[in-house]
Parts: sequence; C-alpha cells; structure tokens
Amino acid sequence: MDYIAILLPIAFALTMISVFMGLCSYSVLAERKVSSWIQGRVGPNRTRLPLIGHIPILGNLLTGLGIFQPAADGLKFLFKEEITPGHVNKFYYYLAPVVALAPALTTMVVLPFGRYVDPSGVVQPLVLANIEIGMLFILGISSLGVYGIVLAGWSSNSKYPFLGAIRSSAQMISYELAMGLAILPVFMWSAAPGSEHGMSLFGVIESQKTLWLVIWQPLSALIFLVAVFAETNRLPFDMAESETDLVGGFHTEYGCFKFGLFFVAEYAHVIMGSALFVCLFLGGWNFLPGLADPWSDNTFGAVLSVLWFMAKVFFMIFFFIWVRWTLPRFRYDQVMSLGWKILLPLAIGNLVFNTLLIAAYDHFAQ
Amino acid sequence: MAKTKVIERKPLTFAEKTFIPQILTGLKTTGKTMFQKNITLQYPDERPSIPDNYRGVPTLVKDPNGREKCVSCQLCEFVCPPKAIRITPGEIDAEAEPDRAHVEKAPKEFDINMLRCIYCGLCQEVCPEEAIFLQDVFSLSGYSRDEMVNNKQKLYELGGTLPDKHYKWDKKKAAEEHGNAH
Amino acid sequence: MKVDSVVDYVTINIDGEDVDVPKGTNIIEAVKMVGKGKEVPHYCYHPKLSIAGNCRMCMVEMGMPMRDRATGEAVLDENGVQKIGWMPKPTIGCATNAAPGMHIRTNSEMVKESRNGVTEFLLINHPLDCPICDQAGECRLQEFSAEHGRGYSRFIEQKNVKPKRTRLGSRVTLDDERCILCSRCIRFSKEIAKDDVLGFVDRGTYSTLTCFPGKELENNYSLNTVDICPVGALTSTDFRFKMRVWFLKRTHSICTESSVGANTEIWSREGKIYRITPRRNDAVNDTWMTDSGRELFKEVEVGDRLTHYTIDGVHKTSAETAAAAAKLLKEGKVAIIASPHSSVEEQFYCKAIADRSEATVSLVSHYGATDGILQSEDRSPNLRGALVNGLVDQLPDADLSAVAQQIESGAVDTLLVVNEEVTQLGISAELLKKVKVIYIGLHANVVSEDAAIVIPSLSVFEKDGSFINQSFRLQRFKAAIPGPRGVLSDFMVLEHIAEALADEKIPSGSIDAAWEHIAKGVSQFDDSLRWRSIPEEGLELDPTAFLDLPFVETKNLKYDSAAFKEAHATPAGA
Repeated sequence: MDYIAILLPIAFALTMISVFMGLCSYSVLAERKVSSWIQGRVGPNRTRLPLIGHIPILGNLLTGLGIFQPAADGLKFLFKEEITPGHVNKFYYYLAPVVALAPALTTMVVLPFGRYVDPSGVVQPLVLANIEIGMLFILGISSLGVYGIVLAGWSSNSKYPFLGAIRSSAQMISYELAMGLAILPVFMWSAAPGSEHGMSLFGVIESQKTLWLVIWQPLSALIFLVAVFAETNRLPFDMAESETDLVGGFHTEYGCFKFGLFFVAEYAHVIMGSALFVCLFLGGWNFLPGLADPWSDNTFGAVLSVLWFMAKVFFMIFFFIWVRWTLPRFRYDQVMSLGWKILLPLAIGNLVFNTLLIAAYDHFAQ
Repeated sequence: MAKTKVIERKPLTFAEKTFIPQILTGLKTTGKTMFQKNITLQYPDERPSIPDNYRGVPTLVKDPNGREKCVSCQLCEFVCPPKAIRITPGEIDAEAEPDRAHVEKAPKEFDINMLRCIYCGLCQEVCPEEAIFLQDVFSLSGYSRDEMVNNKQKLYELGGTLPDKHYKWDKKKAAEEHGNAH
Repeated sequence: MKVDSVVDYVTINIDGEDVDVPKGTNIIEAVKMVGKGKEVPHYCYHPKLSIAGNCRMCMVEMGMPMRDRATGEAVLDENGVQKIGWMPKPTIGCATNAAPGMHIRTNSEMVKESRNGVTEFLLINHPLDCPICDQAGECRLQEFSAEHGRGYSRFIEQKNVKPKRTRLGSRVTLDDERCILCSRCIRFSKEIAKDDVLGFVDRGTYSTLTCFPGKELENNYSLNTVDICPVGALTSTDFRFKMRVWFLKRTHSICTESSVGANTEIWSREGKIYRITPRRNDAVNDTWMTDSGRELFKEVEVGDRLTHYTIDGVHKTSAETAAAAAKLLKEGKVAIIASPHSSVEEQFYCKAIADRSEATVSLVSHYGATDGILQSEDRSPNLRGALVNGLVDQLPDADLSAVAQQIESGAVDTLLVVNEEVTQLGISAELLKKVKVIYIGLHANVVSEDAAIVIPSLSVFEKDGSFINQSFRLQRFKAAIPGPRGVLSDFMVLEHIAEALADEKIPSGSIDAAWEHIAKGVSQFDDSLRWRSIPEEGLELDPTAFLDLPFVETKNLKYDSAAFKEAHATPAGA
C-alpha cells in the first residue's frame, strides 16, 4: 500500500521524462524539417531503421519524413570522441550542461497537461504535483537555466563562449521582468478573491473555460510570447549563440554528448515555453473559445483532453520554428533596448490597465 | 563633384514601428515557401541534365570510323593556361596502320593532369582537328595524384565517338588515290 | 685589320624616306636596313645564295627620277622637284639593285595586291597540313598567308597530288605537296655544298623536287636545306614529329665539332635538347653548319654520365673533392693533361693549377681531314684558347707518350686528366695504375674507374663559357639546359682547386667574377673584358704572337691560312 504511494509517482515521473525527452528529440527533427521546407530543401530523409524502415510503403514514407533521424542524431552525439579542451575548468565545464538541462526538466513537474474527473465528480488536473504556487515555481526554476549558460561560458576559458554567456545572462534578467509583469494580470483574473486555485496553472486553465485569455488580454499574451522567445534564447534573440559573431556562443568549446545536452536543453525550454503559453493564454485543454469541451468525463475523455493540449503545444513549437527561420537576429543593443525601454514599460502599463479593467468589471458586473 | 541628393526617409507609421505587420508578412512569405516544390536535387540518385555546351572533363574523341582524330599538333598543350596537357608526339607506323598512314602523325602519349585543369575549354577551341572536347563528365575523383592524370587510353574512354562533319583526312586520302596526280 | 675596299654608298628613297645603302645592295636588304620592322616578304631569296627570282613574293613598286628623253634634262613638277617615273608594273626586290635616286614603295595598293595574288597562287596546291607539319610556327608561308593572304580559299577544284614522305637522304625527308618551288635547296646544294643532287622535274603546277636518279642528298650539309626551306617541304628526319618549335627555347652556342667554331642555336625544352641549328655569323659560318655538328647534343643523353663527385669511389661534395684534389696536387710530381675541348675559363684555371703545383702540362691534338667548308682539320674547338692562356706554347702532339715515359721513370706521381680518354692516347691502363689520377670528365670510362678522385664535368650545352676559333675569334656560349643535379660548372671546380693550392680565397662563383682574373691574367684580353661583354658575333683577338706556329688548318669557308698569315703579318695601319 505504502509502496504504491511511493512507486506510482516515480513511475509517472519516469514516464513523463521519457515522453518529454522524446518530444525534445522530435522537436529537433521538426526544426530541421521545417527549416528545409521553408528553404526549398528536402531535409533529413535518409535514415532508415531496419525492419520498420523496410515495410513497403510505410517504411519509405517514414524514412522520407526523417522519423528515424533523431535516433541517428542521438547516437552520433553518444559515439563521438569525447574531447575536453585543455584550458577549461573541468568541474564547471562538466557541470554546466547538466545545470542547463535540469531546470527545464524540473519545471514540468507542475505542468498540468490534461484533466480527469475523479470518482467524486470533481475535475482534477493531470499533473505530477499540483501545487498552489505552480507559476511561481516555474518562474523560479526556469531562471536557473541561465546558470548553465553562464557556467559553460565561464568555465570554457575562451573569449567567445564568455561573451555569449554574459549576453545571455543579461538578456534573461532583462526579459524576466517583463515576463513576470505580463502574467500578473492573468492571475489577477484567474485567482480572483475567493478562488480556490491561487497561483496554480490548473486554476488559470479552468478560468479559460469560456474565453481564452489571449482574446481577453492580447497585450499580456504578446509581451509574454516575446519574453519567452528571449528566455529560450531562440532567434531572433539568440544572443548567446549568435554563430555569425561568436562562433558558437557559450557552447563553442563543447562537443559530443555535452553539446547534445545543451541542444536538448534548448528544445526542452522551447517545449516548456510553448506549454506555458498554451496553459496561460490558449486555454490549456479547453476545446475552443465559447464552446464546451466535447469530451466526456470518463478515461477516454481524459486522453482526449491530453491530446488536445498536446496539439496546441505542437502548434506553438511549430510557431517557434517558423519564426526562427523567418526573422533575422536582433543586434545586442536592440535586444536590450527592446527589453528595458519597450517591453517593461508596456508590461507595467498593461498591468495598470488590466487592474483598472478588472476593478471596473468587478464593480459594474455585480 | 557630383551633386548629392538627400532623400528624406519616410517616417514610420505606428503599425510599422511595432514591427508586427512586417513580422506577419515575413511569416506569410516563409509559410508560402513551405508548400512550394523543393529545388534540391538528390544528387547521386538524381542527376542534373547537362546542357550541350557544358564544359566538363576534357576528352579525346574518335571519328565515326573509330579513328583517332588527334594529330598531336600540340596547340592545346601550348594554349593550356595551367599547363595541364602534356603530349608526346609520334609518327604513325605506315606498315602497321596502312589506312591511317596518310595522317602521318598521332600522339604517342597524351596526358591531361586533372589536378591542374581549370576547365577553361581553350583546348577545345584551339583544336584544328576537332579532336578534344569538354564533355558532360563533371565528377572526377581518384585516390592518388597519378590517378588524376588522364592518359590517352582514359581520355578516349571518356570521349567516345562524336559525329564528324568534315572527314578531312578521309577526303585527303581519297584525293591521294584519285586526285590530280601527274 | 684588312680593309677590302672603300664602300660606295647610294641614296635611295624607300616609302618616302631617303636611305644610304652600299652600292649593289638589292631592295630586300635595303628595306631591311631601314629598320623599324620593315620587311619585304620573300621565299626564294636567301642572302647567302644566288638570286633566282622565282617566288615573286618580293614585289615592290619602283620608280626613277624623270628625265626628258630628248634633252636629258630633269623633268620638274610645279614645285620644282624632279618628277618620279613610276614603273607601271611591280618589280621583284631581290633582283633589283639599289641605284642612285631610285624610289621604292613597299606598301602601296599595287604591292599589296600582288602579294595577295602570289600568296593565293602559292596556296592553291598547298595542303592543309599545318597541324602535322613540323614547319608550323617557323613557316614563312604560314606567316605571309596570315599577313598578306585573303584568309579563305576560292579554289574549289581538286588539288594536285604529289609524293609525300619521300626520303631524300638519310637525314632529310621531303613532302612535295608542301613545296613552293623556291629552289633554295637546289641552289644550296650546288653552290655551298658543292654536291649537285637536287632538281625539279615536270612542268607547271606539276613541278616536283627530286634527287637526280641514283643520287641521294647525303652530304654532311644536307640539313641546311631543311633550315633554309621556307615551308615544311624538307624536314629533318631526326627532328620530325619530335616537338613543335614554339615550345623550344633558343640558346646561343658554339659548335664544338672543329676549330671553325660555327655559331649555333640550341633548341631545348625543359632540359631536353631537340635540335641544333646554325646561327648567322658572316665572319665564321654564314648561315650554315655541318650535319655531324647537329648531332653532338646526343652525347648529353647517353646513360654513362658521371654525376657525382667521388673520392676513392665514395660520393662527396664538390668542396671536399676540390680540397682532396688540391692536397694530392700539393705533393708534387704532377702532370696535367689538359684538353683543347675545355673552354677558355677552364684552361685558365688549369694553367693556374699547373703554375701553383709546378706541374707539366700536356695537350693532345685531335686532327682529322677537312671538307673545305665548315669542318676544319683541327677537331677541337679551343686549341687557340690553350695557346692564348699560355697553357702550352707549342702545338700538341698526337699522343701522350712523353707523359707515359715520365710515369715510367717515376717523375710523375699524380695525373690530372681533363676530359681525355688517356688509355687510348699512349698511356696504358697498367701504367695508369702507377699514378694517382684526378679525372675531370663527362662520361664514365677506364680512366674514371681507376681515378682516385672523379670530378663530373658539364657538357658545352650545360655551362657558360667561351672558345677561341681558328681565326683567333673569341666566341661565347651559354648554358641551354641544366646539368646533372649538384654538378658545378667545370671552371668553378678548377677554380676551387687553384684557390686551395694557393691557400687564398678568391671571391668568385660567377663566370663574370672569374673573368676579372682571366682578363687580368691573359695578355691577349683587354682588362675590362668580361664574359658577358663578348659580342654575339665574337671578338677578334690579335694573333700575331702565334702566327709562326704550324697550324693544321689550311682552307675552309671563311679561313685561308696563307691569307690569314699575310693579313696579320703586317701590322695594322702599315
């Protein structure tokens, strides 16, 4: 009895990690495929697994889509020669990739990805740990990701990684402010006085049953979206890597599996960012704005809700990739001035405006 | 000094200042290209179609009767800018090849060093016998420097036979046999 | 110097420009004297042959100052200048001698038209052989067709067929289709080689060059016909299809066949000699040379060349070898066998070595029969050089029996041999074993096998240097091809040995630096004379000191011993 209470969460956690890591690797594939389509290329289409790859039509189709490519990529990272430059600080050099990946994996603990109806008829979230301060937890932990980059840059003992790390840390701090301010109105709305959910993401999703917050608070959504791009170090904000001027940025001195970890961490961040945006602004697993969920209360309905949530996340990931291959990189000073001079005042203004709006709504609605 | 004309830059509208319309236009463009046909050629499986005037690897050709056209005049060796061509001229043995004896001269050795060749096509242009052609072979590789030197045999293998409009030496032989001898 | 006669000059007007030319000069030569690249194209005319006037290419317009027929007075135009009576038809330049007041147009419409016409006729039966023709690149017909021809053929009828690949002699192959019937070869054979074997048969366009029945073009000057052939009709069987002439580098050299010292041009490409042709020098060989002299380059290619400095069979550097040789020479009892084949520079340092090691110097003569043209009795190029250098003061003996006696009597311990196969010259191989031999030579032979020190030598084609010919004319030759790797020019090695003997360091290393010593050390040379400053046509030295020696040369193309003595016996100006 007691064993089950301990083992079940561990089993859940392991399952979630494997699914999440799988998503990461297929995000890499998606990135490669989408970029190739945008550039009129073919993309990865040669990797073929034995057996599955030789099923007549399906095998060719899967190979053409590059479905087996992530396995090849991963194996390549694993089997490459492990090179450690002589001039690095070994301890932090090895620590950095782990520090980069760990926060991204940790944040998913509080991420609700579906809902089920418990025997008592109450709607419960599918989440590893449904804690009251979910959003705060995510903000707090994901900020730790910058440590991985700073450590990598510093321990590499090389100028380009160092520059990349400095840029990255400055950028993350700058955009975290705007990000935090942008989601305050969201919780002001969802965690109204008397609500039992507080800062948990489940509450935000539940509050979007009728109306998605992206419609209700478009400005918050925009600021949050831009900040997420910056936080994940994605183009047009990839100051940390910026291969045209910094060779490879913070991971210049990294190779093989250590580089692989950084690579996976980036996509883990992308997935987390997408999931957060879906939770906060795109209604989570809620079907469509103004429409009641079509799925039933049984287990099948729970699965459907998870799938619908995933579909939205995939769309966001696709959007991330789409933007990356569309927009050019900002100059570093432009990144800073956008963060401090535009997004921050805008977020403050947005907060004031929404405060007044909610106050007015509360006053006149009752 | 030339007059400089200063063109005032049009002030940005509010929408332009937010960059959002531009970003959306960009997304539209890339979105569209996502559904266009790929232009990548899957090289070893698919081969590009080579136009007739393509300048590939220089080769030696034979006339439709299978006779070698080169008479080793060495003009290509002379004109070759990177000095890639090396010819050892030789005399045709009249007894061994009586049907070709009237040409008198043929290359004993004909080497083109493909590590030096710059595919300029001057050899083809200068050849008075239309014996050397830059044809459609464009991928050339070897494991050693020696392998990258095409010798006479390799050059004829690559070149094959091309139609000859003139049959210069055949006409000459006909004239020798039936012409205005005294 | 002997002055034949005072040259009379006449003034003629060529294309509006007055030129003074010696009387008797024909128009082709006169136009050449104008310079500025002006030339009358010609095929059959050759400055050293009689004039035939059968190619009709050298057509020019000619006019004389007009005189009234009745009174003989000059006819003047409105400006008071004498009118020129231009002839209505062009005339050939080769057979027209300059006359006072003569006017020539080399570039008028009529001249251009006639050249164009002649070229078109010459090309009617000429085969399109250029790609396989050895003359391509130095073909007058090719050049003038491009310059004066029309560029395309109007002749649609069948061309004449004539024999191709005819063997005229063992060294000359004839392609009759290419022949333009200029008759240069016929005139050369008759006038210069004195071997009248060539002639035309048949008429008109069927005219064909052949040897007279039962005869062959086999004389030792047959290849000169190939040189003077303006087209590719006569080709050298040896050079045939070997290399196109535009690849070949030309180097001025001197023929080493005999003491005539014919001026030559070496045609080489990438360190390989392809042919040797004569270079015009009117005082030495006109424009001719012997066939046998053209084959001398083949000795460079034979396989038994010495390529390493060796001491007792062990490879050493040139400096080590020179030091060892000097040490050996210092021990005394030295005999030097120098060579009339060595250059002036080598003989100079041989002399230095002989002086410093107190050695006796012997020379061997290489005599043969003369052909009266360009092959003299003395078959060595530089016997006069040994005399001028003071290496010897008498003409050499035919063998080395004197040296052999010395060796036998024990008067000689060390023998320095320069390029002579001494075992065939009176010193037997057994006798050679009694002495230590320093051998400087081109090829491995019996002497080099037994030699204690072997110093490889360079052939005349591989080194710079100079020779003095039968009429005491100092002529220089240049290196055409590089020698074997690491082998120094002979004079440098000799210089090193001479230096080591004198225990002094003479800064040198170049031939001109060596000439600073040579010019000072040899009384015949002006102190400021340098190798580089020797004129292309050679430098005549004063032979008075040697006139009493009984030189073997009697008479050949440009030398007559009696006349030579007579000319130099009386001091100049007397």
